[in-house]
Amino acid sequence: MITLRDMVAASALALGLGTGAMAQDDPLKVGFIYVGPVGDFGWSYQHDQGRLAIEATYGDAVETTFVESVPEGADAERVLRQLAQAGNDLIFATSFGYMSQVINVAQQFPDVHFEHATGYQRAENVATYSSRFYEGRHVIGLIAGEMTESNVIGYIGSYPIPEVIRGINAAYLAAKSVNPDVEFRIVWTNTWFDPALEADAASTLIEQGADILMQHTDSTAPMTIAEEEEGVFAFGQASDMINFGPDAQLTAIIDEWTPYYIQRVQDVLDDNWETTDTWGGIDTGMVAFAGMSETIPEETREKAIAAAAAIEAGTLHPFTGPVNRQDGTPWLAEGEVADDGTLLGMNFYVEGIEGVIPQ
Amino acid sequence: MDLSTIDPVALFAGLVVAATPLLFAAIGELVVEKSGVLNLGVEGMMIIGAVCGFAAASNSGSPVVGFLAGAAGGAAISMIFAVLVLVFLSNQVATGLALTLFGLGLAALIGQPYTGIKPPDFEEVHVPVLSDLPVLGELFFQYDLVLYFGVAVVALVWLFLNRTRAGLVLRAVGENHDAAHSLGYPVVLIRFAAIGFGGACAGLGGAYLSLVRVPQWTEGMTAGAGWIALAIVVFATWKPWRVLLGAWLFGGVTILQLNLQASGFLSWLQSLGIPAQAQYLSMAPYLVTILVLVLISADRTRARLNAPACLGRAFTAAG
Repeated sequence: MITLRDMVAASALALGLGTGAMAQDDPLKVGFIYVGPVGDFGWSYQHDQGRLAIEATYGDAVETTFVESVPEGADAERVLRQLAQAGNDLIFATSFGYMSQVINVAQQFPDVHFEHATGYQRAENVATYSSRFYEGRHVIGLIAGEMTESNVIGYIGSYPIPEVIRGINAAYLAAKSVNPDVEFRIVWTNTWFDPALEADAASTLIEQGADILMQHTDSTAPMTIAEEEEGVFAFGQASDMINFGPDAQLTAIIDEWTPYYIQRVQDVLDDNWETTDTWGGIDTGMVAFAGMSETIPEETREKAIAAAAAIEAGTLHPFTGPVNRQDGTPWLAEGEVADDGTLLGMNFYVEGIEGVIPQ
Repeated sequence: MDLSTIDPVALFAGLVVAATPLLFAAIGELVVEKSGVLNLGVEGMMIIGAVCGFAAASNSGSPVVGFLAGAAGGAAISMIFAVLVLVFLSNQVATGLALTLFGLGLAALIGQPYTGIKPPDFEEVHVPVLSDLPVLGELFFQYDLVLYFGVAVVALVWLFLNRTRAGLVLRAVGENHDAAHSLGYPVVLIRFAAIGFGGACAGLGGAYLSLVRVPQWTEGMTAGAGWIALAIVVFATWKPWRVLLGAWLFGGVTILQLNLQASGFLSWLQSLGIPAQAQYLSMAPYLVTILVLVLISADRTRARLNAPACLGRAFTAAG
């Protein structure tokens, strides 16, 4: 039903803002489309924090709008087109599945600047940006590997796309490096946002022995479930979820989009905007962490903080050989570091993870 | 693969909890449809129930107050629909869709102060002796009261529709509102009552979602459950007990596919070259629903036994 709601929202937007021609003194219009509600307190919420930061920074010079809960696919194209027709000069499309829609609409509006999060297709007026979330996954993998009592880590995946698979691999390699007996159980939900399903997935994993949960979905439901269970911990995803799991949250990987968004708005204001491909990590501040829980043993906490610092300094890469693929074929030789191309297209599990990636 | 990690008792428990929101919404919609009204606003009523229930429970500290508020909220918003379609004779399909849109938006607005709050705990019932039985106790006597109430509502609806005069009148209104009217039955009033009951049930289902199953308030948290409830009514061919079966089946496949994934069973099948996907399992109940729809349209006499003949038709006293 999200579909119709967006239709109404988007047409209201188009009507409300009109398509008036741009005068010199008009504010710069910046549009956002989100895959979930801004109130998800995860992925979309965090992008919206970036939007609010733009407003706070530029005041009247900028006018922002957003359309939330836009499904990936055909609906996104209509919403993107309406945002462009409404006179937005810069449009942020904040989900992987908007990719071909962004490219289509960008062709029709060559003067509008498009920014696509986590995608890999670019054009004259389409830039891409993402964060090296796998760096954060490495750090939480270390904590999980050291803290698990049952040696079973539950992982709630959304869609089997490279970004999610990369996260699983990074967390697993790190956990395995400190705990050879660790085992990952992975459940795919095939949605970014469905609190009830995510809660069920969390309960299922706990019933099957997991005592630490990781998620790559957008709602806070898994954290809420972890909070209810004695001795079960979880990591916040995209945003600090401490309110939902004051005892359960060990830390959270925070997606910090604000500096990037402010910079890109500045670029458009300065007429300096170019097609770029940004992939920022801990070093750029795009990947950050929530406060580490007191529950984490001192030694583990120090190890995690040291790993984050080493990644930031560039002395540690989460994908450093020797690493084999799941089928046992060698991927990275001793000391070899994964190149970005392979990471961006990652479609295989590393050795030790059980299960098959859904096709 | 390690199927031994699947605990059948926990699986069943997960299933009935997952099915309860669907059960409430579907049994309510069944009564509405039996009275000849098609209300596609189930999703909207559910989410209103979820947010009202959550708000009331966290303000009062009592889950029971929350459930009552959820039911009241669902019933209240369903009255908007009732007035529009029964008094102003608006198109039921369009009005129902509008109710869903309105409900989702209104719930997001009401719910803003309630994100990130933990609702009061809702204790599970402990029946002396029965709850302590080894397997049976865990299977049947470890849930919260509202879950049992859901099953009871199914039984009561069945009893009402099939064993009471009032139920017969309600079905008559759904079968042929003109005939019922000429016999002197208050068609509009009966449909008002049915829609209100449907709204209250959907609201209860929503409150169960935000107070027990997830438990938290998040915008858009029903995520399509209302539409599944509509499918269940068709799947059940408008029979109360089959609604229970349908809800357990639709809720069950979700839980089952998660368990099969987590245990590595699906991966094991795939490694044998069997193209098993969790999606096939998730799809199954919907395929059955489509099959039922096809059968209904193919065999009109059989369908007439159950599908209300006046479903979705506007009623005017003059006509």
